[in-house]
Amino acid sequence: MATPLVVSDVAKSFTMHLRDGVTLPVVTGVSFSIRAGECAVLGGPSGAGKSSILKMLYGNYAVDEGQIIVQHGGGLIDLASASPRTVLSVRRHTIGYVSQFLRTVPRVSALDVVAEPLVERGEDREGAREKARSLLAQLNLPEKLWALPPATFSGGEQQRVNIARGFITEHPILLLDEPTASLDAKNRDVVVELIAAKKAAGVALLGIFHDLDVREAVADRVIDVSAFAAGKIAA
Amino acid sequence: MTAQPTGIATYNFAYLDDQTKRMIRRAILKGIAIPGYQVPFASREMPMPYGWGTGGVQVTASIIGPDDVLKVIDQGADDTTNAVSIRAFFKKVAKVAVTTETAKATIIQSRHRIPEHPLTAAQVLVFQVPIPEPLRFLEPRETETRKMHALEEYGLMHVKLYEDIARHGRIATTYAYPVKVEGRYVMDPSPTPKFDNPKMHCSPALQLFGAGREKRIYAVPPFTDVVSLDFEDHPFEVQTFDQPCALCGAENVYLDEVILDDHGGHMFVCSDTDHCEKRRGDSTSPSWGGRAEGAGGSGLATTPATSTPALRADPPHEGEGKEAE
Amino acid sequence: MTDEPLLRVSALSKFYGSRVGCENVTFDLWPGEVLAVVGESGSGKTTLLNCLSTRLLPSSGTASYRMRDGQWRELYRMSEAERRFLMRTDWGFVHQNPADGLRMTVSAGANVGERLMAVGDRHYGRIRATAVDWLSRVEIDEDRIDDEPRAFSGGMRQRLQIARNLVTGPRLVFMDEPTGGLDVSVQARLLDLLRGLVTDLGLAAIVVTHDLAVARLLSQRMMVMKDGRVVESGLTDRVLDDPRAPYTQLLVSSILQV
Repeated sequence: MATPLVVSDVAKSFTMHLRDGVTLPVVTGVSFSIRAGECAVLGGPSGAGKSSILKMLYGNYAVDEGQIIVQHGGGLIDLASASPRTVLSVRRHTIGYVSQFLRTVPRVSALDVVAEPLVERGEDREGAREKARSLLAQLNLPEKLWALPPATFSGGEQQRVNIARGFITEHPILLLDEPTASLDAKNRDVVVELIAAKKAAGVALLGIFHDLDVREAVADRVIDVSAFAAGKIAA
Repeated sequence: MTAQPTGIATYNFAYLDDQTKRMIRRAILKGIAIPGYQVPFASREMPMPYGWGTGGVQVTASIIGPDDVLKVIDQGADDTTNAVSIRAFFKKVAKVAVTTETAKATIIQSRHRIPEHPLTAAQVLVFQVPIPEPLRFLEPRETETRKMHALEEYGLMHVKLYEDIARHGRIATTYAYPVKVEGRYVMDPSPTPKFDNPKMHCSPALQLFGAGREKRIYAVPPFTDVVSLDFEDHPFEVQTFDQPCALCGAENVYLDEVILDDHGGHMFVCSDTDHCEKRRGDSTSPSWGGRAEGAGGSGLATTPATSTPALRADPPHEGEGKEAE
Repeated sequence: MTDEPLLRVSALSKFYGSRVGCENVTFDLWPGEVLAVVGESGSGKTTLLNCLSTRLLPSSGTASYRMRDGQWRELYRMSEAERRFLMRTDWGFVHQNPADGLRMTVSAGANVGERLMAVGDRHYGRIRATAVDWLSRVEIDEDRIDDEPRAFSGGMRQRLQIARNLVTGPRLVFMDEPTGGLDVSVQARLLDLLRGLVTDLGLAAIVVTHDLAVARLLSQRMMVMKDGRVVESGLTDRVLDDPRAPYTQLLVSSILQV
């Protein structure tokens, strides 16, 4: 089976024009690949650039150097140099992303927030809602909340809406940015189950997990980000 | 040059000088060539106030010849101030024959009516127009309305009719009802009752429109399509009256309500006084032959023998005949 | 979805004498895509919008539009009649001030229905039913259909303007600060509504705004303008989360946090 995601020699730094153009190196020489059905976890201390790597893989951060080769639509594309339109298409069809925080949209119900990625991919609204209901139930979100906009939910409730939204689609690549950060033990276990199911379905997963138990339970492999510390190459 | 004995030698025939008449005739010809299109013209000051038919008078003055027979009506009547004055004016400055009888006239200048008696190809109907632009009350910019005519953007005209139906449950516009001429220009037929709109369609007579204050002339050539705008589910309809004319018994004519006293007494009579008199004359006095007056006659037309005339003599005024919006 | 853009803009410039309105702007817009043009007053974003919507002719450059029949047409070579027809059928223009986009003295229903009548609909009942439908889609009560927009609040007027524009099912809508001048709570409601309509109808839109939050909520792509030039462009979240140009960094860092 072809490798869905190959990262080679990716470098990233921030140039702070408001501070006299000082350059903050983040990572350099980032190289790894993820196989289908595998869950890799980015390891390393805080500030090592784990989140930045994830955001580059999602097109949310620009890439200075290197390539991010993604299997997309029957071909290979380099996400690092792709046009915005291609990145959008990759997000719709190939790479899913579960962030730590839900960016809430006012007045849209939790159920529709979860169903939206499916609707965007062309599924009919009722079918999408049905899947959203079953996911929200699995994540133990009280049914009385489903019809409400998540803006006023607690952190844990919002996080579960966010997870459901991230897991509802069948993207072949899924990026997880501390999805379990504010969950209790019972719901952490649900997320572990969801990840296992994705693996079984052949999805390539890359995540950041600070929770050691969860990491133990899901990680096939840990990629140590400190190896890509920007200072090293320069030396 | 010495003054001629009549004392009106300083006037040209029909008041206007020849250069002005040529200019107006060119505007008329252009209007005929482009049916329904408003042709700007250099409107002259006339010896009467705006709102009293200065546009119509200039058109009439430019087309009238010594052999013409002129009829002037004001809302159907030959005997109201406006009609009487204009008739007297042309009798004086052009020495033409005047008449009140539709069939005998070659030029009929009208304020807001088309005679009931069918017109012929030998006749010209001249309308007095207060506001020639049918789009004006919805779009105040002249630059924009001209562009809308040029590009045939007439959706706005139906907006007005839509508003009528939304407010009144039907198209409540009863006069100045917009028409489309020869499938192209939307035109204001002047504040005639919509009852007269069908008479404009394929009329054998040439129809000319003059707006003095607004400096526009437009025309409907003989046998031209004139279609009243409407909706499929609210088709154009003319007014109908429950009863015939109280004086002559005519049906299917346009009636005016006439107040008889201070106690609510009223009756409906023909708006077209000539038509009414003719019918009554036909039945009671077969020898009726019209009242064509000779040139240089005794001045004002005599008041016809109806009980109603003075009641309809409403003086025209600025921007008359349109609802303020 | 087709793989051709809807609008192709190439090296578009507008000069006012020696002053630059906008200079050398190039981009493609695809069906269903919302592009935000951000920048401060005088950055040229409104000049660009006016050129694109053919309300203003550029000094140089081209813009081509793919018509409904699939034909590409150069906007600045079309006749005025064709452009005006496009403007009231396949395009919409939402003004910052609703009074500029509405007829304030005719009823809400007629405001919505005007475009239908302009393209030849002559059935009152159908026009009214469509107007009722569109008023409900922009959350205006049906019983306000015969009221004039003069009697509406700012937010309602703006929603009415949107309905008036969308009733002919346009494929491209221009918006000039659509939430400008509205209270914050009214803004949020309008943004939701716009977001939903854009998604449901698959509209392409070019939204000029100085409000980065509006850009983030409505658009997928963004162009940042300064002094008439595009200083940065890309995916909206990329530009906002990882701004590269000095001016963009300044803009993003200037957002008030609440």
